[in-house]
Amino acid sequence: MQFFGEKRRKLRLAGDQRSACYPHSLQFYLQPPSENISLIEFENLAIDRVKLLKSIENLGVSYMKGSEEYQSKLEAEIRKLKFSYRENLEDEYEPRRKDHISHFILRLAYCQSEDLRRWFIQQELDLLRFRFSILSKDNIQNFLKDSHLQFEAISDEEKNLKEQEITASSPSLTGTQMGSESIYKIPFADALDLFRGRKVYLEDGFAYVPLKDIVAIIQNEFRARLSKALALTARSLPTVQSDERLQPLLNHLSHSYTGQDYSTQGNAGKISLDQIDSLSTKSFPPCMRQLHKALRENHHLRHGGRMQYGLFLKGIGLTLEQALQFWKQEFIKGKMNPDKFDKGYSYNIRHSFGKEGKRTDYTPFSCLKIILTNPPSQGDYHGCPFRHSDPELLKQKLQSYKFSPGGINQILDLVKGTHYQVACQKYFEMIHNVDDCGFSLNHPNQFFFESQRVLNGGKDIKKESIQSETPQPKPSTQKTKDASSALASLNSSLEMDLEGLADYFSE
Amino acid sequence: METFDPADLPELLKLYYRRLFPYAHYYRWLNYGGVIKNYFQHREFSFTLKDDIYVRYQSFNNQGDLEKEMQKMNPYKIDIGAVYSHRPSQYNTVKLGAFQAQEKELVFDIDMTDYDDVRRCCSSADICSKCWTLMTMAIHIIDRALKEDFGFKHRLWVYSGRRGVHCWVCDESVRKLSSAVRSGIVEYLSLLKGGQEVRKKVHLSEKIHPFVRKSINIIKKYFEEYALVNQDILENKESWDKILALVPETIHDDLQQAFQKHHNSLQRWEYLKKVASKCQNNKNDKCGPWLEWEIMLQYCFPRLDINVSKGINHLLKSPFSVHPKTGRISVPIDLQKVDEFDPFAVPTISAICHELDNISTNGEEKEENKAEADIKRRTRDYKKTSLAPYVKVFEQFLEKLEKYQKGELLKKSDLQKDF
Repeated sequence: MQFFGEKRRKLRLAGDQRSACYPHSLQFYLQPPSENISLIEFENLAIDRVKLLKSIENLGVSYMKGSEEYQSKLEAEIRKLKFSYRENLEDEYEPRRKDHISHFILRLAYCQSEDLRRWFIQQELDLLRFRFSILSKDNIQNFLKDSHLQFEAISDEEKNLKEQEITASSPSLTGTQMGSESIYKIPFADALDLFRGRKVYLEDGFAYVPLKDIVAIIQNEFRARLSKALALTARSLPTVQSDERLQPLLNHLSHSYTGQDYSTQGNAGKISLDQIDSLSTKSFPPCMRQLHKALRENHHLRHGGRMQYGLFLKGIGLTLEQALQFWKQEFIKGKMNPDKFDKGYSYNIRHSFGKEGKRTDYTPFSCLKIILTNPPSQGDYHGCPFRHSDPELLKQKLQSYKFSPGGINQILDLVKGTHYQVACQKYFEMIHNVDDCGFSLNHPNQFFFESQRVLNGGKDIKKESIQSETPQPKPSTQKTKDASSALASLNSSLEMDLEGLADYFSE
Repeated sequence: METFDPADLPELLKLYYRRLFPYAHYYRWLNYGGVIKNYFQHREFSFTLKDDIYVRYQSFNNQGDLEKEMQKMNPYKIDIGAVYSHRPSQYNTVKLGAFQAQEKELVFDIDMTDYDDVRRCCSSADICSKCWTLMTMAIHIIDRALKEDFGFKHRLWVYSGRRGVHCWVCDESVRKLSSAVRSGIVEYLSLLKGGQEVRKKVHLSEKIHPFVRKSINIIKKYFEEYALVNQDILENKESWDKILALVPETIHDDLQQAFQKHHNSLQRWEYLKKVASKCQNNKNDKCGPWLEWEIMLQYCFPRLDINVSKGINHLLKSPFSVHPKTGRISVPIDLQKVDEFDPFAVPTISAICHELDNISTNGEEKEENKAEADIKRRTRDYKKTSLAPYVKVFEQFLEKLEKYQKGELLKKSDLQKDF
């Protein structure tokens, strides 16, 4: 039972039962949900939350956390996906319920490995930090008091009494005035990171923590709890996975790049091989442009380059036959024996199209994947030029593209600030001569698609709706095949008994 | 006082464990009011026996069992460990991984050897009245922080028997603290950074935390007599060069010259303070009062061994254990009389055994049931030796502990009453 909610429930019995369940826009997720929902809703909630967490990850890479742009874009994203974020809004029951349930569903999916857990915890932490940062002072008070932490701000009299000691102890209180800042009195053991370095005032077993430092404490508490909970959930997981309804969904959730993954073959065959050279300068993102150039010049690419570029080509519409022809033609120019190509390389190409081995249809790499994994070494041309190139060489390359010095400097500044994808957006804007690219870049194939859109005057060559910007009726249809086929065979009236799952979350 | 000869230990210990060791008090302490079931039974003790034989995972059923075993084994040294999930004596019957240390007092060990770089009178295991002040200051500084900053109420300070002091913090909540929090507490209480390779070990930030400020104020009370008179830290060039290593180079020449002209450490210290207050703060070296404080802290601030405090399963020498090299009993220190505590006045085992012999020959010879007479005698015995006042200190500590436990039990039962 939720003890901390009891008091408020009693006060609000008259008519406001629903909001009493979720008194705040954010929570520590201590209690698992205990209602029945349909399997469809189960799936949708989960997918929406994965989308949200992936956005959080992207925004965190593209913008500085806490900056104005970051905050406003994140708020827009949360609102779009209909999750809770603000206090004092009308009827927040649904978004908060969605937030609550989807968090617990994702625990099932993301507890399975160290990497998944780390990723999940990081994004959830960022989400919590954001929600906390937009709370008003009073709302912070209420939230902290209601939480299991029961942190209370000290009275003004006590503040005055201890002002000197507190300001002398807390580095976050610059200058000699505490001002109107709230000070929270918490048991010293809950403020470990603060008191161990003598960064907080201790008296009689309590730490007197200014609001600025409370956030850090809350985050640590949240992280520790979630980490422990995930470990517990992982132990119960085999049982969960044996549930046929859940297994495909959970696997899909943790492995998917939600949103357009550009693996669908809707545009297959629409590109001809002789278009590629011109497309590479007009519509390819710089990472693929450089790979194509290197391939043409050296008649060869190493494995990392073949993977990154080959899958990209598949994503823009190359068929398997075209791909085989393309690579073979080029490699033979490098004096490769055609038989050797057939033996060594064609297998791999077929493999990446899902025609060999375990027949996974590999999806083209997203920006994050390219930026964060498998950095190029000597002799490699893959990776992200903004991330992996020497800044001087990058500058020269941009100059060779005939960009204006002002534009080049903007790009270099963004690179210095590690905003690689935004730098690439700037490249897009300069190549196409537009002021605003109009999208948030996170995939090379997205770059290509958007470029084609601009160049062809908005004519949409693909059939299905793509962008997450445009409002779409939910649920999104571009999930991978596994989950859809598994669920399609189920009666939508099948209920998901969440209460049964609650055992997997508790000790 | 009888001089102590380690060769006599076996005989002396036999008498000590039969007639003098305060078992009743000891059990009262470690049983903690019997509130938690099996708390005493799950406690690990370790014994060092004759010929350096070391046995771990000793545990006992009750006070009587403890007495019997101690008298049988005649340990040269007794260490106290953690309270475990199972009886330590049966630990190898427990499933792998299930035998866990669960609770223990928070302990501190302050050892005079760690101050060798700043005391001129002694080194290594030696101590004298001149350097003992370091322990006095350490107790004041650490105890104040434990009491006022952390709110710990039940702190037992014990003389280690040779060259230092121990502290046992016995509050219920403290016994449950994690290793991470214990480490954090030691960090909070530490000001010196760096080993032998580092010359200047204390660097204060501009903002002085109240803990540091209050510690400095304690040191100030003792500094003149301890450092400037007894240790005479500015006595000659060799000694004041060490201080100069801690101040900015810009004032070295001035100080060197002036020191030659002064006659004693007091004068030189006053001069140093004056020069420090005038010199400019630059990037790396601070001046002004910070400089003065940094020197005082490096010479006087307590040095804790983090390894002793952070591990829940760490074993520490028991109070009322005998030190095999000095013969001195590890006695509790009266917190009201810290400044008067004299380690050289602490009774040795030979002394109190001797005292006991004298009493026996002079005392009554009532021949009742031998066992009864033994017990009766034992409860009177220590009282008539120099051990008495120290047991009294322990008794006061226990009374406070028990009063608190009673209060907690009352509170609990109040809460449980449903009206």
